[in-house]
Parts: sequence; C-alpha cells; structure tokens
Amino acid sequence: MQKISVLLFLAWVGFLFYAGIALFTSGFLLTRLELTNHSSCQELPGPESQPWGSQGKPGACWMASRFSRVVLVLIDALRFDFAQPQPSHGPGEPPVSLPFLGKLNSLQRILEIQPHHAKLYQSKADPPTTTMQRLKALTTGSLPTFIDAGSNFASHAIVEDNLIKQLTSAGRRVVFMGDDTWKDLFPGAFSQAFFFPSFNVRDLHTVDNGILEHLYPTMDSGEWDMLIAHFLGVDHCGHKYGPHHPEMAKKLSQMDQVIQGLVERLENDTLLVVIGDHGMTVTGDHGGDSELEISAALFLYSPKALFPGAPPEVSRFLHTYSAAAQDLQVKELHRLQNLFSKASADYQRLLQSPQGAEAALQTVITELQQFLRGVRAMCIQSWARFSLGRMAGGAALMAAACFLCLLVSQWLISPGFCFRPLLLTPMACGLAGTIVCAGLLTTTGLKLDPVVLGAMAAVGSLLPFLWKAWAGWGSKRPLVTLLPIPGPVLLFLLIRFAAFFSDSFVVAEARATPFLLGSLILLLVAQLHWEGKLLPSKLLTIPRLCFSASTGPPQRNGTHALGLGVGLLLCIRLAGLFHRCPEETPACHSSPWLSPLASMVGGRAKNLWYGACVGALVVLLAAVRLWLRRYSNLKSPEPSVLFVRWGLPLMVLGTAAYWALASGADEAPPRLRALVAGASVVLPRAVAGLAASGLVLLLWRPVTVIVKATTGAPRPRTVLTPFSGPPTSQADLDYVVPQIYRHMQEEFRGRLERTKSQGPLTVAAYQLGSVYSAAMVTALTLLAFPLLLLHAERISLVFLLLFLQSFLLLHLLAAGIPITTPGPFTVPWQAVSAWALMATQTFYSMGHQPVFPAIHWHAAFVGFPEGHGSSTWLPALLVGANTFASHLLFAVGCPLLLLWPFLCESQGPRKRWQPLGNEAEARVRPEVEEEPLMEMRLREAPHHFNAALLQLGLKYLFVLGIQILACALAASILRRHLMVWKVFAPKFIFEALGFIVSSVGLFLGIALVMRVDGAVSSWFRQLVLAQQR
Amino acid sequence: MKNTDIKRLLYTHLLCIFSIILSIFIPSFFLENFSILETHLTWLCICSIFVTAVNLVLYLVVKPNASSKRSSLSYKVTRFLKCCIYFLMSCFFFHVIFVLYGAPLIELVLETFLFAVILSTFTTVPCLCLLGPNLKAWLRVFSRNGVTSIWENSLQITTISSFIGTWLGAFPIPLDWERPWQVWPISCTLGATFGYVAGLVISPLWIYWNRKQLTYKNN
Repeated sequence: MQKISVLLFLAWVGFLFYAGIALFTSGFLLTRLELTNHSSCQELPGPESQPWGSQGKPGACWMASRFSRVVLVLIDALRFDFAQPQPSHGPGEPPVSLPFLGKLNSLQRILEIQPHHAKLYQSKADPPTTTMQRLKALTTGSLPTFIDAGSNFASHAIVEDNLIKQLTSAGRRVVFMGDDTWKDLFPGAFSQAFFFPSFNVRDLHTVDNGILEHLYPTMDSGEWDMLIAHFLGVDHCGHKYGPHHPEMAKKLSQMDQVIQGLVERLENDTLLVVIGDHGMTVTGDHGGDSELEISAALFLYSPKALFPGAPPEVSRFLHTYSAAAQDLQVKELHRLQNLFSKASADYQRLLQSPQGAEAALQTVITELQQFLRGVRAMCIQSWARFSLGRMAGGAALMAAACFLCLLVSQWLISPGFCFRPLLLTPMACGLAGTIVCAGLLTTTGLKLDPVVLGAMAAVGSLLPFLWKAWAGWGSKRPLVTLLPIPGPVLLFLLIRFAAFFSDSFVVAEARATPFLLGSLILLLVAQLHWEGKLLPSKLLTIPRLCFSASTGPPQRNGTHALGLGVGLLLCIRLAGLFHRCPEETPACHSSPWLSPLASMVGGRAKNLWYGACVGALVVLLAAVRLWLRRYSNLKSPEPSVLFVRWGLPLMVLGTAAYWALASGADEAPPRLRALVAGASVVLPRAVAGLAASGLVLLLWRPVTVIVKATTGAPRPRTVLTPFSGPPTSQADLDYVVPQIYRHMQEEFRGRLERTKSQGPLTVAAYQLGSVYSAAMVTALTLLAFPLLLLHAERISLVFLLLFLQSFLLLHLLAAGIPITTPGPFTVPWQAVSAWALMATQTFYSMGHQPVFPAIHWHAAFVGFPEGHGSSTWLPALLVGANTFASHLLFAVGCPLLLLWPFLCESQGPRKRWQPLGNEAEARVRPEVEEEPLMEMRLREAPHHFNAALLQLGLKYLFVLGIQILACALAASILRRHLMVWKVFAPKFIFEALGFIVSSVGLFLGIALVMRVDGAVSSWFRQLVLAQQR
Repeated sequence: MKNTDIKRLLYTHLLCIFSIILSIFIPSFFLENFSILETHLTWLCICSIFVTAVNLVLYLVVKPNASSKRSSLSYKVTRFLKCCIYFLMSCFFFHVIFVLYGAPLIELVLETFLFAVILSTFTTVPCLCLLGPNLKAWLRVFSRNGVTSIWENSLQITTISSFIGTWLGAFPIPLDWERPWQVWPISCTLGATFGYVAGLVISPLWIYWNRKQLTYKNN
C-alpha cells in the first residue's frame, strides 16, 4: 500500500463527510443576507408624484400620519383563539370551558360596542416562531431566518432598516418595557427603557409585574410617542404548564385587565395595537411552523375611527437583494418584476387620469397583492423552509461515511487485504456520477447547485463500495466483526451520541465531557488492573493463580499507570477551572481567568499572573526540550533541531514581550506609545513567522538523526548477551531480539566493508527510534505557539495542561497496548475515543462555548490592532484558529497514538535490567541504549505501517463523524424544539466546523508522518550509497 | 460450593436490603419532617449506620471466611482500629475522586463528604468485613480470576454495581427538569443505593445461574 493512496483514501472519506454536511446544511440552515440600506423621507418609494401629497406637513414622511402616538402591547405567544370572541352559545349547548378561551373579554366588548374603532385580525407568523426571530420580522417587515448573515456575528443587533430606527430618526420618543431581548436587538434605541430578564422560562410574573409597575405612570407622564410593552407571562405559562392549565386562564385575565386599563387611558390621537408574536402548540411550545404556532392575534383600537393603505417599497428591496445574493430563483424573480412593472404602469395611468374607473383601481390592487404574495412565497421558499429531503440525504450520507470508516478500519487489519480497487472504483464511479448528474441538470435546464453535485459525486462513489461490502459480507465474515468496538467504549460512544439529543446536555457539555473522559480514564486503569497488568504479580499473593508471564506481558509500566490516571484526572479538573458558562445557566459564574490581563486592576495580582503565564510558557518549552533530549533528538546538527534549540526560546521571548505590552499598554508613557504600538504589531507577526519558518524547515529536513562515521578501529562485532541460556520471559526476549537484530546489522555492515579496499568504515546512527514522534512533537509545539498567542494570556496555562494531559494519556494508553512486532499494528478504539474526548474537553477549557456570542473576536486583532480593512478571510482565519485550536492540535497529534507505544518500549527493558546490572553490562549500556528498535519496528513493515496510519485516521474520523451525525440528527429531529435555534443549530455549526478543521489537521498530521518516512527512506538510501562509494 | 452457601448468601443480602428499607421508614417515627429528599443528609447518616451495623452483625454471625489463627484481644483491637482508619481513608479517597470528577471544591463540602461516606459504606465496609484491612487481598479480589469464594464473588458484584449506580446517578444532574432529587449529591447517592441493592439482588442469582461454571481454586 502506498502512501499516496492512503492520503487519497483519507481525503475521499473526508470529502464524503463534507458532502453530507454541505447537503444537510443547505437544507437545514435558513440563511439570508442582511442589507444595511435604509429608507429615508427624502427618497420616495415609488414614482415621484404621490396622491397623498403629504410632504409639506410637519412630522410627515411619505404620507401623513393618522395617529400621532402608538401603544404597542406585545403579548408573547398570544394565539389567535386566545383573543377570539366567543360566540354566545345557545341555552341548550354546554359552554365550552377551556382555560384559554374567552378570557380576553375587553376585546370582545370593544369589538361589539365600537366596531368602527376596533379590528381583530388573525396574523400569520412566519416560522421559525421563536421570539427573537419574530421580533426581527415584526420590526423589519422581512422574513425571519436563523442566520442573518450580517456584518456582525457577535451581537444580535438589527442592522437592517427597521421600525424603531425609523421612528427614532424621525425624532419620535420610543419607550420600551419588558423582555430584555429588545436590548440586544436595538441597543440604545429607546428614549426610556425598562428591561426585565426573559431567561427563566419558569418565572411567570417577574416581567409582567415589572411592566405593570411602570406602564401606567409612563403613560400618564406623556413622555413618549411610541410605547412598547412586551409581556412574557403567557409564553412562559405555556412553556411551564401548557395552554390547558388554569394558570393560563389567570394569566390571560391579567392581560385582559391590562388592555382594559390601557383602553381607558387612551387619548384621541392614539392607536392601541395588541399583538401576539406567535402562537403555541397544544403543549405550549413554539418554534416550528404548525398551524397553532403560526396563528397569532392582532388587535387594533383607537378612539378615532380606523383606516385604509399599500407599499411599493418591496420591489426595491427585492431588486437590491437579488443583486446582493444569488439565492432567489431567477425565473420567478423575472415574473414578479414584470408583474410589478405592469402594476406600476397601471398605477401611473390611473394617476394620469384621476377620473378613471373603480375597476382600474381594483385591478391595480389585485395586481399589487398578487405581487406581494408572489414575493413572499419566493422568499419563504428560499429562506424559511426546511428542505427535509436534503436534510435526510445529508444525514444518510454522513451515516454511510461513518459506516465506511468502521468497515474499512476493520478490513485493514485482515491479512491480504488490498484496497487499491476499493479506492479506484469509487473515484471512477464518483466522477461518472458527477458527470451524469451535471448532464441531467443542464439538459433539464435547472441551475447547477454545487452542493447537490458534490452529494451526487459522494453517493456515486459510495455505491460501489457499499455493493462490495454487501457482496463480500454475507459469505465470508460473521456479523460480529461489524461491531469491532469493545463494549465499554461502545457504551461511551453511545452516551456521547445520545447526549447531543438533549439540550440540557449540549448546554452542560463543558461539564459532561470531562466527566466522561475521567470515567474512560478510570476505566482504562481498572481494566489494566483487571487484566493483571497494573501491579507486579508478586503483590498478588496467591501463587497458584498464575498471574505471571502467562496471563500477559510483564508490567512494563508497573504501578505508575495508576499515578498516570490520577494525574490525568487532576489535569482535567484543573483545566475545568478555566470554564466559560453557557448563557442558559444564569446561576453559574464564568471563570475570571478567561479575561485578558489588560482588564485586570491591581498591579500586584497582574504581575503575579503575568509571571505565571510566562512561567507556563517556559515550562512548556523546557518540557519539550527535555523530552527531545531524553530521546536524544536535540544533538543533531539538522536545521530543524537547531531551530528547536534557538528558535523556540525566541518565540517564547516574543510571546512574553507581546503579553507584557498588551497587558500594560495603557500604562505606557506617552513617549513610548508609538514604540509600543509598533511592537504589538511586529511581535505577534514575528512569532507566527518564526513558527512558519520552523515548520518549513521541519518539512524540508525532517530527519533528526546524528550520523557518526568512524573510520579506523572497527567496533566490536560480538553480540553482547549478558546472560546465557534460553530466554524465559517476555522481558528476556525483548532484550535478546534487539541483540540479534544488531548482530544482523553488523553482518550486513561487514559485508559492505568487505567490498571496500580501504579500512573498515562504521556508521552509527542515533535517535532513529524516535524519529517520527520527534518530528510530530516539534511540529505540535511550533503549531501551539502561534495559537497560544491568539488566546488570552492566562490560557497559556491551559495549553501547558493540554500538553501534559496528552502526554499522560499517551503513556497510559501505551501501558495497555502490547507491541506486535511484525504483525498488523492497531490503535485501540479506547485510545481514539479518549483522544477525541480530550479535544472536546480542551475546546471548553480554552474558554469556548458553541454559541456565536461566545466567540473570541479579539483574536482577529492580534497582530492587527488597527483592524483589517476590507479583507475578511484573514480575521476569519485568526478567529477560526482561536476557536478550533484544540481540534487542530489534537487532530495533528493523532498519529502519536500509533507511535507512542513504540517509544515507550525503550524504557521497559532498561528499567528492568538496571538493578541487576553487573559490571560487564554497565560497560555495554551506552550501546545497548540505542538498540531498542522503537519506531524502526514500523519501518520494518511498511505495508502494515501505512495500513495502521490509515486505520488510525479512519477511526478518528469515525469518532468525530458519529458526533457530527448526532448533531445533525438532533437538529433535524428536534427542529420544532424550543431550543433549536439557540442550542442545537449553533452546536451543529460548531461541530461541523470542528469536524472540518479536525479532518484537515488529521490529514496534515498523517502527511507529516509520511513525509518523515519518505525522508528516512531517502536517508537510508544515501547512507548505503555513501558506504558503497 | 453448595446450594446452602448460596442460600445463606441470599439471606444475608436480603437482610442488608431490609436494613436500607428500615433506614427509610424507622426515622420518620422519631424525627419530625423526615424525608429522604428534604433531610437528605440525616438519611445518609442513618442509612450508613444501619448498613454498617447489619454488615458487622452478619459478619460476626455468619463468619464467611476462615477465622484467623490469632484471636488475642489486642490483635482484635488493632484490627478494628485499622479497619476504622481504612474506612476513613476510603471516605477521603472517594471525596477526592468526586472532586476530581467535577464536584464543587469549596461549596457543599459536607454533602460531598457524606456522599463519600455512604459510598464507602456500600463498598469499603463489606470489603473490610470480608477481607480485613488487607489491601493486597482487595486488589486480588478485584482482578480477573481473583475470587476464591462465592462471598468474594458477591462482594465483587455488589461493589462494582454500587460504583456503576453512582456513576449513572450523575447523569440526571444537568437535565433541566428541576426536580428536588437532581440536586447534588442526591441523585448520586440514590444511584449508589440502587446500585448496591441491585448488586445485592443480582449477585446470588448470578452465582446460582453460573454455579456450574464457577470453580473456585480453594474448594
């Protein structure tokens, strides 16, 4: 199996997942561009002359205002039938007594007494029927969607043209009281505002009572032109009890009193609007698009008689929008534009001949209505409707890709498995599928959708594979191999899978993941003990139970596996201290350590923290150097090693200096301001540049091996076995096998030497045993430093913990993995799942949450304090790197899972022999030390090595794929859930982005290992050539 | 291994379950406002005492393991003291583990500690009764092929199922049901209790079903 085909296969699997994610996203996420254009009074909507001729009047904009003031009472979740007047039933019928019916008596009374002053309508709310989306729709007049792709993700503030903004710009005073969602939507727009927390859905009265306290006094004061009161009690009552509860009757009666009180206080020129923003289902929830949810009440009343009116503004919006975005259907757009131009032409004609008939007016009105309906239908089609087919297709594609990962990772270890045909046929089929699909689409004249095209390609390439799996399955392999995952790990994966379906668990994932990880670690330790590998058998006193060599390999890591486990738990717990609270849990307090040092007051504490952060950096650096020295990779004259020795400290220095500047920038004396500003631009860029150059160096010369060529005195050729007799235990074997290997090496060398005429030349190579992992660790450290710079200073402690944690985990896992010398190498499932869990856990402990307001936007300004101008990809890259730093690091470091057990091999035998060593052995040791083959075992079986890398990659992708699949399924099954736009959809987006980052990182990590492998091969070749010369 | 042994095991286990049930009902006669959820800590103490007492009495009566050769008073006293120290140590150990698992460090220390006490009661006390303060024996029992009698086998099962119950008890905590039993550590202690009871019920049955396969090295 060649390297390139391994990489291609991984890329193909990644593509399958991407296609699934893209297909799902296109069906699920309702997106829309936000236009920032604003109407103004000077800019008339239609043709110049207006029949109303209102421009001259004071306070008028496009038309004269009919009411000078408005009281807008927004009762959350006021369904239409809540307000519907009850027909007075005949004497024979029993009265219908539902708690929510006929409680708003004042509406009924007004409608009966003053039919010309009041109107009750059933308004249809556009889904998603969640409060924030509905408020946006009500105030902007457009359709609500989940993501309004505007300029600013961080806040929910509305940037589109909206009612409140127009009112304030016209100099009206808008007073608000109620739900604090408005605070986010319209920051600073109100002349007076009383916000009350909307968070606790179980609290029925806080908001309403708060409003009632201020409502009448404000109204009487007269300091307002528009008064908005947003009551939440009905909605919360629905969530808590449902509409069929007596509590609902009480709440509605209270609202009735409110309306009654308002009506009594209304002055002549004031309009009262009572409106529900959406309805509720029979269980009291909302968010979806069922009939009950979208029917809301709209009630208008004024002491003055009510109205006539229609707007051509829509056409202009449509025009601008279609210019800005391409997601509207072109054909339909043309039809509508024609309709509109016809209607406006008719209208013009009507204006020119004012004596025109009623009939002409009627046609214009119907045409305009037709136009509006058409626009609405088109926009809904594009913005506000889940495409169930696409969602199901995407989820199925992801599930199939997961299945593929599972299956192939299982096949890879079966002997004689050749996967070249498995790779080539899908490629061909995928290509064929794409071409067929593209041809079909173009012949039928539909628009070419890249998402559908990609999905078709993925399906096309999956089909032959599935066919092959199906054909090869029934006969040869038993079904048991379908589930190669060991039971406990399967349980963990299932729990993790199920947890994505509960909004509480998604919110609490920051706590749940460390819990699961800790459990997995303790399980690993317990399993080691259960198998008798944890403690030396002499501790287990009953000799007849035969715990020694027969039950398992001797205890290479002995008791310290327990220490590793406890250390890991401690690290996880410490990392948990850096925790940002999700906004859904108001009782929880975010860690104060997540804020940058610059925000701290008090010099002493700041200095101490600064010291600690720099200390963490230095410890990280020292640990990496110590590790490299221990595996003696630090003495080589290779440029990448030189870089580790000199470049890394420079990077630490640069980071520390940057932090010092950033945390104390305000305290700098004015003379140095320019210098400080310059340095805060240069330093981060310099560190990033250093890291990049280090990575390039590493890619260029990844082999960090010292070659010592000694001419002259040949080395002793004896095989040094300090003991005689047949090897009795595994340990003895471990000792003897390298010796034999060495003997063969020397033989080979001898043969080489014989070909030469000159004196014998010996070559000794050091550190070959850790050549792969040394490159990996160096690359990870180089990656970590720029990422670290993007975070707040104190997160450096988390980075330190991250390295420590993964180091401990690798050791713990290595303790449980036996080294299979020739055979297929495998990475057990528990290792991969623990690794993936740890990536998630670190994501949270770096202070992230999978919601948009929690993104660390400041990362975009590291190195660019003045902003980026117009470019968007660079800040997006910086913020993305900040958010998905842990995903990236763990994915790149994934091959270490395979390499580490071989690395740990060197410790075992040596440690065992040390106490027994006699003098002869002590003399020998310096040479014996290089002898354990370690990672060179992998080179001896290149086929297995490549297979193992591919298998590792597939397993990791499977574990990640399960997560993204669960997120997608949760989002699609619970698309009517109250929390879907608040919890599930953001979680899906973050998980999808994390998956993409992880898969790319994994690809790069495996590619790096292969690059090292290639370099080692060429190095060997050079060596042989040099010898022959 | 005879059926009588299994029967004895079953009876002792039933007594243990009975003691837990008693600990729920008896205190309400003496204490006002007693209920498991509201005065949870009191119940924890009472339950712990009851279970410990029943375990001790059963151990003295049934004598499942061969009595040691030495029977001097001082030996017994030191053994008892050692047991007490082990029990305390295990309480602290569990407390540390809970904190490492995410329990609050500073707040609710008493609750966490009492939770550690009840878990120790369900796990450490039977171990102490059966195996004595002998860590090596404990480690042996909790490893593959390490058990040497049905008593040890049932000890293994009840202990592991207590732990599993505790672990499962942590799952409802994040849910937003706002039930009184979701408060830390009530769900976990209840989980531990259910796990212990389940272990007590399961272990005789399991041993009975598998009595053909089970061969202990010493009998």
